Order: sequence, then C-alpha cells, then structure tokens
Amino acid sequence: MMKLEQNSLGMASTVLPSRDRGGLAQPLLSVRGLHKHFIIQKSGFGQQAKRVHAVDGVDFDVMKGETLGIVGESGCGKSTTARLLMRLLTPDSGELVFDGDTVGARGGISLREMRRQVQMVFQNSYASLNPRMSIEDSIAFGPEVHGLKRTEARKRARKLLDQVGLAPNLYANRYPHELSGGQRQRVNIARALALEPRLMILDEAVSALDKSVEAQVLNLLVDLKQEYGLTYLFISHDLNVVRYISDRVMVMYLGKVAEMGDTEALYEAPAHPYTKALISAMPSMDPNQRTSKAPLAGDPPNPIDLPQGCRFSPRCPVAIDACHIEEPPLAPCGEKHSTACLRAEAVMHDRAQVIATNQELS
Amino acid sequence: MSITLDSQVPVAAPVSAPVKGYWQAVFSRLRRDPVALIAGLILLIILAMAIFAPWLAPQSPYSTSMLNRLKPIGTEGFPLGTDELGRDMLSRLIYGARLSLLIGVMPVVNAFVIGSAIGIVAGFVGGRTNTVIMRIIDVFYAFPAVLLAIALAGALGAGLVNSLFSLTVVFIPPIARVAESVTTQVRNYDYIEAARASGARSLTIIRRHVLGNVLGPIFVYSTSLISVSMILASGLSFLGLGARPPMPEWGLMLNTMRDAIYVNPWVSVLPGVMIFSVSICCNMLSDGLRSAMDVK
Repeated sequence: MMKLEQNSLGMASTVLPSRDRGGLAQPLLSVRGLHKHFIIQKSGFGQQAKRVHAVDGVDFDVMKGETLGIVGESGCGKSTTARLLMRLLTPDSGELVFDGDTVGARGGISLREMRRQVQMVFQNSYASLNPRMSIEDSIAFGPEVHGLKRTEARKRARKLLDQVGLAPNLYANRYPHELSGGQRQRVNIARALALEPRLMILDEAVSALDKSVEAQVLNLLVDLKQEYGLTYLFISHDLNVVRYISDRVMVMYLGKVAEMGDTEALYEAPAHPYTKALISAMPSMDPNQRTSKAPLAGDPPNPIDLPQGCRFSPRCPVAIDACHIEEPPLAPCGEKHSTACLRAEAVMHDRAQVIATNQELS
Repeated sequence: MSITLDSQVPVAAPVSAPVKGYWQAVFSRLRRDPVALIAGLILLIILAMAIFAPWLAPQSPYSTSMLNRLKPIGTEGFPLGTDELGRDMLSRLIYGARLSLLIGVMPVVNAFVIGSAIGIVAGFVGGRTNTVIMRIIDVFYAFPAVLLAIALAGALGAGLVNSLFSLTVVFIPPIARVAESVTTQVRNYDYIEAARASGARSLTIIRRHVLGNVLGPIFVYSTSLISVSMILASGLSFLGLGARPPMPEWGLMLNTMRDAIYVNPWVSVLPGVMIFSVSICCNMLSDGLRSAMDVK
C-alpha cells in the first residue's frame, strides 16, 4: 500500500510516506474542546479538589501551510497546549483531528503516526538534546525508530545538518555541549525535520536565543517552511517575533482563547481588551512613543479559583456588569477575526474610551 | 610594505575526528587518567593472582605446621609470615583472592543488574507503579544490612551460594534507590519528551536515552559497595554462614587472626590490607570511569 515516493530530501522513502489527504481547504489540525486540569490537591471531606485550569476549553484550527502564532503571558497555557497536541500530556477531554482523521480513535490516525507528522522544537536547546549522543545520532534517532537503517538515518541526518546551516563533517560527531545555543537550536530543528513532519510546533523555540541569532534562526525557519511546505504552530511571548512570522495569531488568557485572527487585523485593531493591553505593552522603536505606564494593572488571577464570568473581567478596564456574570463565547467580530469579549465592538472602534479608562486605573 | 589578504588560501577544513564508538572514546579518555590506570592495574594483578593461584603460591594454603606458628614477616620460607596454625600467609592471601573477589564482587554485580532494572523501571514509569515498587524496596531497606544478610543466610542455611544470594538481596535496595532517583531526574529532560514525540516506545527510549545517562552514577555507587560486600561476607563467614575455615578468604582470615593482633600485628592486618586495596582501587577506578564516561 505504501508507494515509493521521492521525498524532499531527494531520497526514496518507503518508511516515511507523507500524504496530503483533504486538500487545502481542510485544516491540517483541528482542536476541539481541549481541556487539561492539573489536580494539585485531592478532594477531601467537604472540600473540593483543587485544580489548576491550565487549558480550559480551547478550540482552533491550523490551516495547511500557514503559521499560527500563539501568544499570551506566562502560565496562560501555551506550552501545555503544545504538549497536549503532541500527547506528551494526556488531555482530560477534547478531540484532535489531523487532516480529517481523529487522533487515537478507531478508524482515525494512530498516535504514533500523528507524532511522526507533528514534530516539536523545545525552548531549552540544551535540555532537549541527549548529552551523551552525538548530534548526528540525535537527529538519526527518530528515523531509526520508524524503521530506517542506521546508515540511512545517519545519511539523512548529515543532509539535514547541511540544510540547517551546519557543515556535516564539522558538526556531525560533536556533542551538544560543544555547540552554541543557536547551533543547538538548529540541531533541534534538524531533528524535528528528520521525520518529515507536516506540522512543526515551535514552543518558544527562539526565545532563549540572543537577538541576532534569533533573527538567523527565524529566517532559517521561514526558508525551511517554504522548502518543505511545512505548517508552523509558533508559540512565543514575543509579540514582535510572532507578528513577523505568523499568518494568524491566537491570544490565550488563562487557558482559554481570548482572540484569534489574521496577524495584521489583530495587531491593527485588537478586539479584546487583553490583546489591546498586550500590544500597547510592546516596546516601541520610536523614543517619542515610549510609555512608562503599565497598560494593565494587577496579576492574572489565580488559575485555581477562577473569577466569575469573563476571566479577564477583574483586570479589564472596559468591563461592564454583564462581564462579571457570564463567560463570553468566542464569536466572530470581523472577517476571519473572532474574540471572546462582550465589548469587542467598543474595544475595536472606541479607542479613546479605553485609554481614558486605563488612565483612570493607573 | 603591503599586506595582501589572500582569501584564496585553501584552508584545510578541520574534519572532526574519525567516527569513534562511544566506548572507544571512553577508553581513550580513561587512558589519560593515571590514578584510574594504576587502580585498574592493581585490580588486574589481584585478579591474575586469583586466577593463577596454584602456580603463584609457594606452598599449599592448607598445610599447617605447629612449629611455624605466627612467624613474623620476612621469615625464611615464609616471606609474609604465618598464621595461627602455621600456614603460609602469602599462599593464603593469593588463594584467598579467589573467594574474596567472588564473594565481594558477585553480589554487587547481581544487585547492580537487578537493582538498576528495578530502579530504572520505577523511575521511568513513575506515578503509582513507582510508589508501589519503591515502598516494597523501602521495606527491605529498613533492615540493617548486616541483620538482613544474617537473617537470610541463616534461614537459607549455611553455604557459599546462600551467602552470595543473601548479600545480593541486601544490596538491591540501595542500588535500586539510586537508580530510581537518577532516572526520575533524567526522565524529565526535554530530550526524553522529544524522543517520545518522535514515536519511540518506552523500551527504546530507556535503551537509547536513559541508560547512558543513568548507568554512570549507579555504577560508581555500586563499586563503592564492593568493599562493604567483602566486609559483610567476612562477617557471615565469622558466624559460620559463609566461607568456613580452613578456606582461605580474606575476611575470614582477618577474623581468625584477630586474637593474634598483639602477638604479631603486622601479619594480622595483611588480609585487611588486601581488602582495603581492592576496595579503594575499585572506588578509584569507578571514579575514573565515571569522569571518562562523562562526555561534558
């Protein structure tokens, strides 16, 4: 059934066939109702279990060939979402559909096969490489697991090293501690590519690098995406980087999607007050534009005891009474733009009011 | 005077060292460590002593002589003196290497294999399995080592095999404990997650990613148990549960020569010297191995 096909590495691969099934209109990955709660204290007498609502009902689609950026402050569930997608964590509930196939369901795609097609690059470039394996072996490990012969896998590893800009005869036999952070992250990217995935999850993949190296790696990612026709899920807290690389952006707040839309639309006219605050917190290159005021007051609420109503309402400068009563659903607020805010209209169009309220707060 | 920067000069591309296996690299590093080398050499000599005992020993280790009791070191015909029954100390030490090494090393080797397997599985699987396994291990750990060894050897009956078995059981809990803690630490690294994300099965991950990173510390800890094992074994022998007189075994010899320590102190401590040198050499060698196995 597996047909010989020439893959992008120029090697005939029977072991790792990759195939497009539903066409471009079908999302590569659909996530529905993803939940993950971490129980930190079991329920006892007259006492409810204490649980952290790390990911609390997340729905989104990743379209083929796009880069979807996920932003949000620390602890909002970005990384948990990534790990849930790879099933490195088991979700409490929720459904993953990969190119039309439900993951792990009967008649769907197996977890192992899904994992081959979805690969991940981690933030900590050092911890994500086995210190006792040469980088060539680290890259070759994945293909070997999927049945490629060791010599073949090594050959592929060398080719990939070349592709990510590391001379194979210089670096193949080195160990992770002999490389710089940027080089290690290139190795991690090569390792992820070794399985010829269709979706790459980049979990803060460039956040730990310094700015010039970060730019190089970002450009590499852009090139690789084009060359292999990849789809990226780009998780970061750096709004500038996300704006640069993403086609669409998803903003998360406390385990839920706050807003989602095309990058430019979202950055130009944010519909959720949280997004607005995030974007106004971005440092500006223009010295006249610098602000010293914090756009948001307070810390995110405790993810164990969530506030009533909209989870952003206690910090929200434009909250009305209704916000404290019911949690707003994710609703469209423009073309390819949706937000979970009752006051989206006001936020998008009535800029002055928000700023005034912000000043009152501070 | 002008300096031309000739960019056309062919620069020999530094090619990384020819592909070496991991163990080859370890041994080449080990060769540059004099302490470990000397320790290894001494251990090799003692091992050779044990193997070639019949050819090396000048006399039978069993032939007694009432006339030559407790001769000091340097006596004619008895270079290392004699023991309380007039047996040649040198021959007994040489022959003693056989039993002592066996009884000191075998339980540790067995416990290393079994204990690491238990500990690595417990550490890697985690959760409830870990709790169950480690609490069972704790039950054994709660007994003092000597007491447990005596109880087991006593229940099973005297004999060399039984004492080897009981010593193995004694050493499994501490080794399993170390293995579990190291594995728990390693399993939380991102490279394990990355390996899992590539679709590898747990056994493959353990084999390729976990073992190399945990065996070093477990190995070093285990070798430090060799000396303890020899002492415990001699204790068992003393109680009549392990090696029995007149078998030459260093621990047993140390025990029987105890009474002669005021008469002939230098000869009495000789078996102790042997035990000491074997255990310290084991520790040195394992320490050297650990740093050689550390690619960092």
